Amino acid sequence: MSRRFDAGYYISEGFHSIFTHGFMSFAAVCMIVACLLIMGSFTLLAVNLDNTLGDLENENEMLVYIESSLSEEEARALQPTLSQVENVAQLTFVTREAALKDFKAKHENNAALMDDLPDDTLRHRYRVHVVDIERMAETQAALEAVEGVGEGNVRAAIDIADGFVLVRNIATGVAMVLVGILLVISLFIIANTIKLATFYRREEIAIMKMCGATDGFIEWPFVVEGMILGLSGALIAFLAQWGLYQMVAKLAIQGNGLSLVNMLSYSSMAATILAVFCAVGAVIGVGGSLLAIRKFLQV
Amino acid sequence: MIRLIDVYKEYDNGTKALKGVSVRIDDGEFVFLVGPSGSGKSTLIKLITAEIAPTEGRVMVNGFNLNSITPRQVPHMRRTLGVIFQDFRLIEKKTVYENLAFAMRAIGASNRELRRRIPYVLQLVGLEQKGDRYPGEISGGEQQRVAIARALVNNPSMIIADEPTGNLDPQRSLEIMMLLERINELGTTVLVVTHEKNLVNRFAKRVVAIENGRIISDETGGYYNVEKI
Repeated sequence: MSRRFDAGYYISEGFHSIFTHGFMSFAAVCMIVACLLIMGSFTLLAVNLDNTLGDLENENEMLVYIESSLSEEEARALQPTLSQVENVAQLTFVTREAALKDFKAKHENNAALMDDLPDDTLRHRYRVHVVDIERMAETQAALEAVEGVGEGNVRAAIDIADGFVLVRNIATGVAMVLVGILLVISLFIIANTIKLATFYRREEIAIMKMCGATDGFIEWPFVVEGMILGLSGALIAFLAQWGLYQMVAKLAIQGNGLSLVNMLSYSSMAATILAVFCAVGAVIGVGGSLLAIRKFLQV
Repeated sequence: MIRLIDVYKEYDNGTKALKGVSVRIDDGEFVFLVGPSGSGKSTLIKLITAEIAPTEGRVMVNGFNLNSITPRQVPHMRRTLGVIFQDFRLIEKKTVYENLAFAMRAIGASNRELRRRIPYVLQLVGLEQKGDRYPGEISGGEQQRVAIARALVNNPSMIIADEPTGNLDPQRSLEIMMLLERINELGTTVLVVTHEKNLVNRFAKRVVAIENGRIISDETGGYYNVEKI
């Protein structure tokens, strides 16, 4: 008799085992769903924070005030020098007249107070967008060092930027640690769940070993079983995560008067989430199975 | 063929189970291995099935040198053996046919091979009508026949029966032993580990007696040899 890879047999044995040990399988899938949901929720929180910070980075601009003694031409002539400053992404020149017009428009309720303001009340300025929000302070210092700007003439919301960066770093760090811990816990829970099922079948394994079955032949049905449990858990977790996310998104929009939080749509991430969940589910399921069966193969 | 040369086995707890055992079983032989509990019979069987390794000495089984066998080769060596246990070790949730199919699947047999071989083996052990029964639905003697059929189904060159009649009444025990004798007549080497003197005497085969880890006699027609133990 020739030794061959009988995929049909392995798959049917894997499915058979899932239904034979129904409660254990149910428990394993529930554990996978719970672990993936918690991991997924933390990851999505981190992704959304990151996205919100990205939006803020785009919106966060610095104002570079030009010395009042410089004419418009002289102020415009500074543009090449300013744009060469490291971390500067984009520069927009605003004349003092345009700045005053904006100022008046913002304070139109107090129009009477603004009426007789001379045109040179405000200074020429540049709106500056940076590449990396975390390097705002050094960019501010570099811009202030440019001749024609001067110290104290660059306005930047560094505290707010630092606050968001800190929040993002903490959230990402916590999420990564939690996801790592949950992954390891899930692996051991699944391993123990499958170990119970395997313990029940140790006699079968011993008989197979005595008949001359290779370790691979014995392992494959368990691998299939773990894979099916892992993928089932991943699919259920994906759908549950969808529902949960939509619910949280709805609440966030309702309580988000300032529109500070801009949540990504689940459907835009669905393919990635499903792929990641399936990969993690499969790793947990198969890894747990192999971990569980190893002991019983030592015959 | 089995060949043990000056084999010693000492377990991790210090128990010296075998002390210089040398024995040779040629192809086609029928051999009884007898001895009291703790004499080293089980250790000898475990050495032959490569469940444990000798501390000293050489063990050859059906062309495999078990002193240098690799883990990958062990399954191939075991396919040359059919092992029968006192407690049958049948899978209760599988029918008689499925129990045999399970053993054949374990070595990668195809469905076609299963359909061809299993009915033949069931007929050989007299269970051709019981293929669809579960172990719990047949008698102890029949369950042991199923275990023998399972040991035979992969066409091994040697059957090792460890106390195959220990759970059976005298009549069923005799039937099982006659079945093993018939299998031997068909060309399969048979090694039977047993306590049952009456059966051993009745069949007048080669009897290897072991006591306290040593072979104390090895003769054919072994009534009196067993009496020495």
